[in-house]
Amino acid sequence: MGWGRRLVTATPYLWLLLFFLAPFIIVIKISFAETLIAQPPFSDLAQYVDDVLTINLNLFNYIDLYEYDLYLTGYLSSLKIAAIATGICLLVGYPVAYAISRLPEHSRNLALMLVILPSWTSFLIRIYAWIGLLKENGLINNALVGIGIIDEPLVLLHTPFAVYLGIVYAYLPFMILPIYTNLVKHDHRLLEAAADLGASPVGAFFKITLPLSVGGIIAGSMLVFIPAVGEFVIPELLGGPDTLMIGKLLWNEFFNARNWPGASAVAVVMLVLLIVPITIFQRYQAREMEEAQRG
Amino acid sequence: MASASGQTGWLGRLALAAGFTFLYAPILVLMIYSFNESRLVTVWSGFSTKWYGELLNNEQMLGAAWTSLRIAAMSATTALLLGTLASVALVRFGRFRGKTLFTGMMTAPLVMPEVITGLSLLLLFVTLAQSVGWPAERGMTTIWIAHTTFGMAYVAVVVSARLREFDRSLEEAAMDLGANRLGVFFRVTLPIISPALFSGWLLAFTLSLDDLVIASFVAGPGSTTLPMVVFSSVRLGVSPEVNALATILVGLVATVSLLGWWVMRRRELQRQLDMRRAQAQ
Repeated sequence: MGWGRRLVTATPYLWLLLFFLAPFIIVIKISFAETLIAQPPFSDLAQYVDDVLTINLNLFNYIDLYEYDLYLTGYLSSLKIAAIATGICLLVGYPVAYAISRLPEHSRNLALMLVILPSWTSFLIRIYAWIGLLKENGLINNALVGIGIIDEPLVLLHTPFAVYLGIVYAYLPFMILPIYTNLVKHDHRLLEAAADLGASPVGAFFKITLPLSVGGIIAGSMLVFIPAVGEFVIPELLGGPDTLMIGKLLWNEFFNARNWPGASAVAVVMLVLLIVPITIFQRYQAREMEEAQRG
Repeated sequence: MASASGQTGWLGRLALAAGFTFLYAPILVLMIYSFNESRLVTVWSGFSTKWYGELLNNEQMLGAAWTSLRIAAMSATTALLLGTLASVALVRFGRFRGKTLFTGMMTAPLVMPEVITGLSLLLLFVTLAQSVGWPAERGMTTIWIAHTTFGMAYVAVVVSARLREFDRSLEEAAMDLGANRLGVFFRVTLPIISPALFSGWLLAFTLSLDDLVIASFVAGPGSTTLPMVVFSSVRLGVSPEVNALATILVGLVATVSLLGWWVMRRRELQRQLDMRRAQAQ
């Protein structure tokens, strides 16, 4: 490699090593520290006094995670909420992606832009928009009472339902885009051949289109599932006090309890849980890149 | 469900209508109610622009907006630079030692939960401050570093996609005509991928402007960003000023995007016209 190429590679590489990889190692280190009332509020792991190196590994942060039901429940319910919301996203997003891929070419780009556009406006404000709709005297309740479908306003805000709705709403574009990218590359002659051989359109869809689009489904699902597990804003604004999500617990541990080592342990366990989905996502990304390079 | 290529059946049209209604209805309601006179966001009591006036007098909100815009411009620019370098390395340099780790570090920020990124970066800054004395205090610089790091991953997605579909015969032609590698990159490659560079920059800019969680971890006193102010006022309940702010933001984003789309479409049409003319001759 010439020095020019070295420079081009090394600049972003070093940046990522320092500001992306190194932080994780430090989180792991501090998750074994003790909480102190000091600045910064955690103990040193290694001490070097009188030629003796002492290393203190404090496992209590992890034991706490195991012993307090709050955290176990938090992890489980985060995984559950993220998985169900990803499933709903797929059911809503797939038909939309499919319909866009079938539009004439010039309107495809406009439709695609309309899908992306909301995610270019503020995430926070889009979640906030649902508060006004879901409140007890909000627009949805007012409309339903007005038409006479219900007599009493429904409790919609600060419920698990609102959290699911918020995740599906906020992450839907991330499901639609990769599925669309996959569908638009399909060779339509396959479907014509299937029709010639007597397959019904529905049969051809389930035998040909759906299996071919598995790559897009996996990418979209990972793009929704992984960030949704650690989501903070949605459960904080739309969820109730009983909607436990691990991102919110980590936030409270850090900002309210000021327990930095505890928050680090929460983060490390979350990362371990997410390693498998992140690896799947990365494999898929790498394969996509290779295919694009060859094609 | 499957109709012939290039056609959308009624089921498809239904899916599109339902999907876009779901995506846009909440935003539209928000925008309409920003012109509501009453403080009660859910009861319509008459048209008024007074919340826009109050927004313009809200010093805290304006100050935070200015901070956010400056951070977004700085981090989008560095993210564009680093993300483009990374794309060139990943797409053009073939295999090199450590490429797997590099690819991993470039894609992981796209999905990493924000609470993890925020906490880990803060702990890095604290550790660095203890051991080497830098950064002395947290503020705009630390937010800029954090936003550059996730921004460059998004820039790389956009730019490397463009680099991969790039017709390399143009570069080879320039080389044959005696241009050197660097000259080719600046005079042939960069102008051709410039739309991707622009959308990459814009993406990094809007992501930075929008970030609440990571900035909350790495910010210091005196570097309150717009999402932090919005978040603390939204936590207290619905506020018409936030609706007014949302309307301005959505209006700006929609204008820029539609303009971009229109310019691209015109360029595409022009290109097709030129091709046809060239063929006719």
